[in-house]
Amino acid sequence: MTNKFHIKSYSHIKSQTVSVNGNVIFKGDDADFPNFIKSAYKYLETSYSKFFKMDNLSKLAFLAADVLLKQESLSEEENNIALIFSNKASSLDTDRKHQKSIENQDEYFPSPAVFVYTLPNICLGEISIKHKLYSENSFFIFDRFNAEHLYLYANNLLQNNKAEKVLCGWVDFDENSYEAFLYLVENKGEIVHNTEEINRLYNLL
Amino acid sequence: MAKTYLSYNNIFSSLGFDSETVIEKMSNDVSGLDRYDNNSLLPQPFCASLLSSEVVREEFNKISDASKYTKLEQMLILSLKKVIDASSITLNDRIGLIISTTKGNIDVLEQESSFDESRSYLSELGKTLKDFFGFKSEAIVVSNACVSGVLAISAAKRFIAEKKYDHIFISSGDLVTKFILSGFNSFQALSSEPCKPYDKNRIGINLGEVAASILVTSSKKHLNSEAVEILGDATCNDANHISGPSRTGEGLYRSVNAAMKEAGVKASGIDYVSAHGTATAFNDEMEAIAFNRLGLENVPLNSLKGYFGHTLGASGLLETIVGMHSVKKNLLFSSKGFTELGVSQNINIITSNTPKTLNVFLKTASGFGGCNTAIVFQKTTN
Repeated sequence: MTNKFHIKSYSHIKSQTVSVNGNVIFKGDDADFPNFIKSAYKYLETSYSKFFKMDNLSKLAFLAADVLLKQESLSEEENNIALIFSNKASSLDTDRKHQKSIENQDEYFPSPAVFVYTLPNICLGEISIKHKLYSENSFFIFDRFNAEHLYLYANNLLQNNKAEKVLCGWVDFDENSYEAFLYLVENKGEIVHNTEEINRLYNLL
Repeated sequence: MAKTYLSYNNIFSSLGFDSETVIEKMSNDVSGLDRYDNNSLLPQPFCASLLSSEVVREEFNKISDASKYTKLEQMLILSLKKVIDASSITLNDRIGLIISTTKGNIDVLEQESSFDESRSYLSELGKTLKDFFGFKSEAIVVSNACVSGVLAISAAKRFIAEKKYDHIFISSGDLVTKFILSGFNSFQALSSEPCKPYDKNRIGINLGEVAASILVTSSKKHLNSEAVEILGDATCNDANHISGPSRTGEGLYRSVNAAMKEAGVKASGIDYVSAHGTATAFNDEMEAIAFNRLGLENVPLNSLKGYFGHTLGASGLLETIVGMHSVKKNLLFSSKGFTELGVSQNINIITSNTPKTLNVFLKTASGFGGCNTAIVFQKTTN
């Protein structure tokens, strides 16, 4: 039962690099995250205008998911792919922006377009909208990458037919440091779905 | 598969510091909402359910040194302590801890906060609770907008099913801060009057602060008199919009459908629906559409926001606990603030506290990011 499911593909976005299955598919030369992610978006021919309204965390999560999901020949109607994401900094990058806009009574300009991103799970909504995922969503916060809990949760959803596939991982954005690691779990695949393999892939790059 | 139950519980709110006191107040039709005119929180009057920092501190100093803990930490600890004490479970490595919150200690970002900014990390909040009680496993924080409190129950069930834990304690809480008030106000979603879920004259949300905690267990040995069994649960995304609900209630419809299917319960088998009912125009309308699509339009339904306000990451757990007590007492609580139906499709809103034999109830929640969670619960025969 433990080894029933497999990791079909995985992506990393860190250190100005986007990789799929361990192979670099884009390397940027701008250390500034907004510039880097914009060049990656263009290079990867993502073509999704809502991308530019997203906050940093959503852009990071969206692109890390997109490079995997566009290989999946998904239905345009609906897809049952659960999203189980996690990080350490929640939405603090955008939280700090919202807090700044309300700190002083003389410069009090809270914006709904910023405030809506002060929740970490908004990126799950963005990915669900793009890929028509009417599926299970969950966002966890851990002190560090926690392969065991992601593994258990994904296993439970697949075992109980609550999802056909599960996209899991870590998407963290804090100050100007960022890191995304996502992997797709389903029946078929080369890599066995277990905690050791998840940790191995996480540490691969 | 092993059965999972909700058992010992606590509500720490402006209506009282334990579930029984809160339920007693609700039975007497008392609301925790009040009108506030406090410029340091919002430049205009608002209505909310607030807990005074002084009162929380005074209560906390009876068990530990309040100066070391933020207001939210004090509330969560006070709430969780009562549940751990009542359940008499020793905290070994088979016991899990889940924290459900949307914003945690977000108030430490304020310039005047005396706490270090590192306290704003939700994992730090998890560590603080873990260390206070001496949990042996790392805290799991669920932060999934306004479904967090219900989703935390699902997550507990799933981790128990995977045999990682025998019992899980959940503690949920959120504060009414300048951060949250300004944000909801920027959406023009706040009402300065007590909220009126599903009512013709509803104009928006009231926010509320609360801590609510519960024991989730697979062992029948640890059940109390209001314990319920989790029959089925599901979360579905609307795949429609990040800040507005689907017009057709798609995600809510799907999540309730999936939860009922797992529970093996049809619409006719649900005795009561504890809905989300934020009192915004779009949310309440979306729910009415989804409940009609599900054939639940005749099932007695309430929103509890008229008693507690919208308590964000705690609301789903808080309202589930009230549902458990409702079922135990065979008493439906009125959907406070409601007088005249203001949604386009008929739903059966509870207009006064009404005795009714209750066995199975449905809890739902919906939130930003397009998420919807539903769980079907059943009274235990203990």
